[in-house]
Amino acid sequence: MNIIVPIKQVPDTNDVRIDPETGTLIREGVPSIVNPEDRHAVEMALTLKEQNGGGRVIVLSMGPPQAEAALRETLAMGADEAILLSDRAFAGADTLATACALAAAIRKIGAYDLIICGRQAIDGDTAQVGPQLAEFLQIPQATYVQALQRESDGLLRVERAVEGEVQILALPLPALVTCLKEANHPRIPTLKGCISAFREKPYRVWSAADLGVPLEQIGLKGSPTQVRRTFTPPPRGQGTVLTGDPAQTVRALMDTLREKGLV
Amino acid sequence: MIDFKLTPEQELIRKTVAEFAATVIAPVAAELDEKQEFSMELTRALARQGYLGIIIPPEYGGAGANTLTYCQVIEEVSKACAAQGVTMSLSNSLVAYPIMTYGSEEIKRKYLPALASGEKLGCFGLTEPNAGSDSSNQETTAVDDGDAWVINGSKIFISNGGVADFAVIIASTNRAAKIRGLSAFIVDKGTPGFSVGVKENKLGIRASNTAELVFQNCRIPKENILATPGRGFRIAMDTLDGGRIGVGAQACGIARAAYEAACKYAKERKQFGSALIDFQGIAHKLADMRLEIETTRLLTWKAAWLKDNKKRFAKDAAMAKLYGSEMATRVAHQAIQIHGGYGFIKDYPVERYYRDARILELYEGTSEVQRMVIASYVLGV
Repeated sequence: MNIIVPIKQVPDTNDVRIDPETGTLIREGVPSIVNPEDRHAVEMALTLKEQNGGGRVIVLSMGPPQAEAALRETLAMGADEAILLSDRAFAGADTLATACALAAAIRKIGAYDLIICGRQAIDGDTAQVGPQLAEFLQIPQATYVQALQRESDGLLRVERAVEGEVQILALPLPALVTCLKEANHPRIPTLKGCISAFREKPYRVWSAADLGVPLEQIGLKGSPTQVRRTFTPPPRGQGTVLTGDPAQTVRALMDTLREKGLV
Repeated sequence: MIDFKLTPEQELIRKTVAEFAATVIAPVAAELDEKQEFSMELTRALARQGYLGIIIPPEYGGAGANTLTYCQVIEEVSKACAAQGVTMSLSNSLVAYPIMTYGSEEIKRKYLPALASGEKLGCFGLTEPNAGSDSSNQETTAVDDGDAWVINGSKIFISNGGVADFAVIIASTNRAAKIRGLSAFIVDKGTPGFSVGVKENKLGIRASNTAELVFQNCRIPKENILATPGRGFRIAMDTLDGGRIGVGAQACGIARAAYEAACKYAKERKQFGSALIDFQGIAHKLADMRLEIETTRLLTWKAAWLKDNKKRFAKDAAMAKLYGSEMATRVAHQAIQIHGGYGFIKDYPVERYYRDARILELYEGTSEVQRMVIASYVLGV
C-alpha cells in the first residue's frame, strides 16, 4: 500500500505563552515538534504498510525550511521518503490554501492508496485541512478514525469515534482518513532509523513553481480567512449552588433561567 | 576548528533517546534499584533501539555512529537510570570495542552482530582480587595446550558477569614476562570449567548485574584470542581509555537528573514564606551544579572529538572521567542538601542518584588511577 501522510511542524504548546498585550503566541525560544496527532498518523501508516506486505509511506509537509527537522523525525520512525513544500508563495496560508497546495503536491506524487492525516494541529486546532484535502482530491474521507483495516475485498474498514459512539464505515480506495491519538502508540525512532533518515532516505523540496498551481490559490492570496482579533476569553464566574427543598430550588433555577432568557 | 553545535542528526538522536529514556526506562528505574534486579526486558529494549551497538560498524550489524553521538545516548539513558547506562557503556566500550579493534574477522562476524542485536550479551573481565588498580598483576593464567588455551583463575566485580553469554577476559600467557605476557581472550558461557560465582550486593547501580567469573581448567578454542599473545595489557588499556569518555557522559546524565530534581523541588518547596529557589544560598548552589555539569560535558565532548578525529585522547578521557565522576557525587550531594530531610528518604529520587554516582569514581580506573594517568601525560612521571 502506498500511503501519504501530510504532517505539520508546530510549536510545542506546552511551552507556549500568549502575549497579553497583542494576544499572539510568543514563539521565541519555543521548541518545534511534529504535531502530536501527526505522529499517530505516521504510526498508523507504518503499521498498515507492515500488515499489507509493503508499499511506501511518503511524508509531506508545507512550511519553512526548518520544517525539515519534523520530516526527518518521521523518516526516522520508518517513513520511506519526505517532501517539503517550501516557498515564500506558500506563506500566510489558511487551511484552504494549505489544502490546495497539499492537493497539488499529491497529484504530482501520483499513485497512492490512502492519505492519513492527524485529526488536527495543536497550534490552530481547526481539523479542517484533512477534510478540505479530500474534497480537493475528490476522494472519500473518514474523520476521527481510531482503528482501520484493509479488507480482502479491497475496501478499507474504519472505526470512527463520534459523539461517544463508534461508527464503522467501509471506504473504497483511494481515500483519506484523519486519525485520533487513541489509535496507537507512535514508535520511538531507533538509532539506525535516525541515521538512515539523514543519510539514506530521499528528501525533496518542492516550490510553488514545481507544483504548477496558480499563485492566487495558495499562500495569503489564496486564503479567504481573515483574523479579526485574537484574545484570551475572560475566566468564567463562580457558579451558584442552590440548596434546600427540591421543589423550591427547581423553581429558583427556572426563574433564573427565564430571567436570562435561556428557556 | 571546534564546533559546539550538534549536527541535526545528533540532535534528533538525542531527542529520541531522551523520549525513550523518559517513557520506557525512567518509570521502572526506582523499582529495579529497590529490588536490585537486572531487567532483561529493558536490555532487549535497549538493543531494539540500537543502543547496544552504537559504535559497531554497520557491516557488523551496528549503527556505526561516532563517539560524540555515543556520548549523547549514554548521557540521556544514564539520566533515567544509571544502571542501564552501565549496560550500554559495557556493551559498546568494553566489549564491542576490543573485538572491533583487535578481533579476527571470524571473531568479529561471530560476536558483533549478536551483540548489536542483543541476541548475546557480553562482559569484560580484567579485575581480580589482587589486580585492582594494579591491573597488570594478573593471576588468571591461560596455558597453550596444543589445540586449546586452558584458563584458570577468577575475575571479580564483573558488570553483566551473571547475565553475559560471553566474556572478554585478560589472562597471563607468560607470567615471567609480566605486563608483556598478558593476552585477551573470548570465553563463551557454557564452556566446561567456566562458571559464575557470587553476585554482588551493591550500594548503587543496583539494576546492573555484577558478579564473579570463575575458570577451572576451562578449555577454549585456540582462535578465541584477540590479536596475538602478549598484547593483552595494551588491549585492556586502550579499551579503558575509550570507556572513560563514556563514564564522563554517564556522569553528565546522573548529575543532570540530580540537578533537575533539585531545581523542581526548589521551585515548589516553600520555607519562611518563600520558594527555596528565591533564597540566594540555594540559587547559587544550583548555579554551581549547572556549571560543573557543563564543564564535564565540555571535557567529555572534547575527548570524544579527539577520538573521532583519530588524535591522542587518553589524557583527555582521564580528565573527563575524573572530573565528571567527582562532579556527579558533588552534584548529587547538593541535590540531597537542597531537598533537606526529604532528600534522604526514598520517596524522592535524589538518594538513588547519590548512590549511583559513587561508582563512577571507582570503576574503569579509580580517581587515583586517573590522576596517575593525567600526571604521566602532563608531567612525564
